[in-house]
This record gives sequence, structure tokens and C-alpha cells, in this order.
Amino acid sequence: MTDQVLAIDDLQVEFRTEEGVVKAVDGVGYALGKGEVLAVLGESGSGKTVHARAIMRILDSPPAFITNGTVRLGDIELLTLDEDDMREVRGSRVAMLFQDPHTALDPVFTVGDQLMELLRERRKMSRGQAREESLALLQRVGIPDARDRLDAFPHQLSGGIAQRVMVAMAVALEPEVLLADEPTSSLDVTVQAQVLELLGSLVAETEMSMVLITHNLAVAVGLAQRIAVMYAGRIVELGPARDVYTTPKHPYTAGLLRSIPDIQVREERLPGIAGSPPNLLKLPTGCAFSPRCPLADDRCRTEVPAFFAVGPDRWSACFHPDEVQR
Amino acid sequence: MSAGDSMLETRDVVKHFPLNDKVFGSSGVIHAVDGVSITLREGEVLGVVGESGCGKSTLSNMIMLLDEPTSGQIYFRGQDTATFTKDERFVYRRQVQMVFQDTFGSLNPRMTIQDVLTEPYTLHRDVVPKEQWDDKVRELLALVGLDPTHANRYPHQFSGGQRQRICIARALALDPQVLVCDEPVSALDVSVQAQIINLLKDLQQRLGLSYIFVAHDLSVVRQIADRIAVMYLGEVVEYGDEADVLLHPSHPYTQALVSALPTADATGAVTGKRIVLSGDLPSPANPPEGCRFRTRCWMAQPKCEAEKPALIDRGTGRPAACHFVTSDPAAPAAF
Repeated sequence: MTDQVLAIDDLQVEFRTEEGVVKAVDGVGYALGKGEVLAVLGESGSGKTVHARAIMRILDSPPAFITNGTVRLGDIELLTLDEDDMREVRGSRVAMLFQDPHTALDPVFTVGDQLMELLRERRKMSRGQAREESLALLQRVGIPDARDRLDAFPHQLSGGIAQRVMVAMAVALEPEVLLADEPTSSLDVTVQAQVLELLGSLVAETEMSMVLITHNLAVAVGLAQRIAVMYAGRIVELGPARDVYTTPKHPYTAGLLRSIPDIQVREERLPGIAGSPPNLLKLPTGCAFSPRCPLADDRCRTEVPAFFAVGPDRWSACFHPDEVQR
Repeated sequence: MSAGDSMLETRDVVKHFPLNDKVFGSSGVIHAVDGVSITLREGEVLGVVGESGCGKSTLSNMIMLLDEPTSGQIYFRGQDTATFTKDERFVYRRQVQMVFQDTFGSLNPRMTIQDVLTEPYTLHRDVVPKEQWDDKVRELLALVGLDPTHANRYPHQFSGGQRQRICIARALALDPQVLVCDEPVSALDVSVQAQIINLLKDLQQRLGLSYIFVAHDLSVVRQIADRIAVMYLGEVVEYGDEADVLLHPSHPYTQALVSALPTADATGAVTGKRIVLSGDLPSPANPPEGCRFRTRCWMAQPKCEAEKPALIDRGTGRPAACHFVTSDPAAPAAF
């Protein structure tokens, strides 16, 4: 890959809880190109959010511990950086956008205060400069009446506007990588469309790369060049977004695709995925998906499948990639 | 009473919440629900869709008699619920049950599933005699696809989808006729969501239930609803058969909602023309004059402010509250 920005290898995160040790992220690795959007797709408990928080080094420890792996951002290794240097990296080189804007914003400061604090602290701008730059940022993320909004408190903003403010803060220091964790999941559909459009245009206009964490396959396919599908802490499928969507090579991806109701088609019975999501404390031996998998055989129940190349730039952690039916 | 008769009906129901803010001195009312008339027929699933703040949850709370309408009536099998005696209210509460979105919040963590499912019988004492409770619990668990031997477990020992099955079993414990489902699958992962939709469909057919199915996800509603009411800022803007409303939406707001769904076709190409609405939902404390959607509508004309469009059939076979809806398929309202 040309111009690789972020390279993650064999990342492992465990949670040491009273009930036992949970491997929330178990050997995740990928490389992100300059200007690329990679969607990390998964359901709750898949480790998709934990992996992003590990990259940002904002996991609560304890109970979470990064036990292995490397995260290279350009020429630096993030996991061994000391906390002062990591603080410099956060925001300016890799930034994160969270699901719920209202809990991410400080309720007692105005939008302008929060943006200006960031710019004055990190960019060493004067008050006046910071205010002008904050205004420009709000305009750039498409907030109407941006000048008035500078003096608004977070509770005065709708979810869509508040998320735009969060986008403005995330891109304020022009990071190379934006980790967007379910950025539209708490928003109404009509507002979701606006925010997705904004994220798409920001990536297109700048050279920023984005890891888009989502549970929504249609969102992923609309915005990302590649999709990584996670299940029980591992990436089980990785490939170009269109290919993963049209010809999945892992039965979990195929099951997810079939589970999504289609407004065009009323089905007598929705073909979901049988069984329950995995309990990470009691993972089955072999492939973690095997208890729910229609293709599982004895080998799947005893041996963990490695990540096989199943085509150009396509990978799947399944012993039966060619039997997968969409 | 036969299938198709009115089971539940709201007539011009209004709910205004007074806004008395002592700190900032503001006053006025929140127009949460403003003149909603919908009918749930026996044996059907009526979908109520809309975004946050449209009043769909306030409407279900009024149907559950948890909130009293500011004006308007709610009829159950032809009888005005406001005229209910204490005993009639008690019977109504048995016949109309609710399933919520949040399965953690709606199950007491200190009660076993056995306790959760028999609690309705401690209130409604004449439904199931105590010696049959154990059998009934096993029957209910089997009905919703859970292992009947798990009755002594606690809610935290189940996954989200299983907890929603428990909530459904509890709602069915008193053999109700109507279930009001308020976003029953939106907190669940997609792979599990499909199972719960299938279960709700099965139960509806097997037990002859009627559902009011409140949801924001139109693709989910498509799978289960027979008819759909689309709400915006406290009002119904379009109302009709599910396929008509979702496949050929006539009100601009419905069109925007349908087009905003992130969809992709089999080739992965993003399909449809996405109508991105400008702006935000206006405050329900101060809704726009005339058509409430006009501040975000791409077709708005001076007429929309001057004259509120009535919710009437303009030749499309179903009511829609927009001046520009026509029956001419060659000139659809927006596309």
C-alpha cells in the first residue's frame, strides 16, 4: 500500500474482571492508507470500540490492559509512548469522534469556549485568532448561524448540530487519522444522512484517513473503501467494501447481510443468525462463530481458523470461505 | 366483533405539557401530540413511525393510560377509556400490554424470571390459580423460545435478545388482546433483531393479537406492520397501507425519511436519491404556523405557512397532510 498512515499489528486487549479475564480484542491488525476510509463493522461486544480506544490509549486501566501488539502512526509507535507525548499526539495526529455528542461536550462551557481552549492550548493561538478559527471551523462543518452557535451551551444544541460541533473539534488540529466511533448511531435518520455526508466530504477534501466504526453495513458500504468485520475480538473478514458486501467470504458477514431488513421487501420470516452473541468469558473452542454457523464442522469446533487470503486484497478467518452464500 | 373492527382508536388526541421554568422564567406549552386520530383494527399491526420528538412515545403512554390527554378521546372496543370505572380500567390494563425498548430498565435485576413472569398474577388474581403458576411460566418461556428450565435465573444471566423475549413473555402473561411495542428491537444487534421480529410476527398470528408497533426504523416496520401512521412534530402527516406508504410515499417528510435510509443494492452501489433535509426539528414548544414541516421542506410555498394542510385523501387512496400531493403518478410530489 502506498502512503500507509496507520499500521496495527496483533493488537490484544484484555479486561481483568472479577468473573475472569476477557479478551476483548484478540489479535487485530490492519493498515490504513492515506485518505482511506476503513469501516470496522461489528455488533456489541465485538471489540470494535475497544480497539479504537486502545489506539487512542484512553482505555480505563484497570480493568483494561493492552497485552500485546503494535500501533504505528507514521514513524511513531503509539503503544510505548509516554503519557505526555501521547497527549501531544491525541487530537493533532489521531482524533476520535464519539457516538453521543452530548456526553462528549462539557455542559458548563459554551461551544466557543471548548473550541477556543483547544486551539489556544495546542495551536498557541491568541484569543482573537482562536475565536476566528473556531468560527471558520463551525462554518466548515455546515453549522447554520455559526457566530451565534459559538456562544451556545451544549444543551441548547440538537443532536445533529452537537455532533457537527464534535466533528469540528475532532478535525480542528488536522489529524492524519480520525477514529469515528458510531458517529451517527444516536441521531435520527434524516440527521444521520447529513452527518455522513459531512464526514464523506471532509475526507474527500483533505488527506485525512478515517476508521469508521459502525454496526450498520449500509453506512459502511456507502462511505468506506474497505470493510473489516469483527466478531468476538477478532477481524473475521477484510476486503474492498463492495466485494465484502456482494460476495461475503465469512458466514458471519453473510448472516449480518441477511439480517438487515430491506424496506423494498417484506419477508415472511427474516433470516437472522441463530443463537446469541458470544459470551467472551465462555468462548467456544475452535472458531468463535461455530455454534451459530450453518457451515460449521468438527474442524471448526476444535481449531481456530487463521486469517486466510481468499482473493486479491481479501481475507477471511473461515475454513469454508467458498461455501458462504450471501 | 370480527377482524377489521376497531380495537383501539384515538380521536383527535392532544397532549400539551406545560412549560413552567422557574429559573429562566419561560412559560408556554410543549405540543407533544396535537390532534392525532388513528385506529388499530382487530388482528392488525399498526406501525407508528417518526423521529425523536415526534410524539410517538407520548401517544403510546396515553394509550396505556399512563398520561391523560389534554383533549380528545381514546376508545377501546368502542368505549371511551375516560368513562372507565375503576374495574374497567383494571381489565383494560390486562388486555393492553406494553413492550419497551430498554430491557435492562424494564426487568428488575433482583427478581428471577419466575418472579418476573408471575408478578402479573399477584395483581390480577383471578387469571391463573397459584397452583398453575409454574406450568404457566414454563408455557410462556417455551412460547417465546426460551429454555423453560431457566426460570430461576436472573435477568443479567441473559443476553439482550433473550431479555426482550422475557419482556414479551411477561406482556403475554395475562392473555392480552393488544400489545403496544415501543421500539422493541432498536436496542438489539441486527442479527438478534431479526429473531425478535420473527417472534413478534409468529405470536401475533398464533394468538390473534393486535399490535401498535412504534419504531423509527422504516425497514423494520416494513417487515411487520399492516398499516403505518407517519408522525412529525406531534401530528400524523401520512397514514395508509404499509406498502403504499413506504414504497410510494406521498408526503415530502415520508419521502425524506425513506430516502435517508442508508441502503445499498446487491452490487453494493448506494441506491436511490437521498433527500438530505436541511435544518433541525423545530421546537415543539413553538411549532411553525401552517404546515409544521414547511421549515425543512424543499417544496414549501407561501401557502404552506398561510394554510395548514389537512390530513385528507388527495386522490392517492390514503390521507396525507400536504397541499402538493396529487394522484398523478407522472408528477409525484417530490422526486
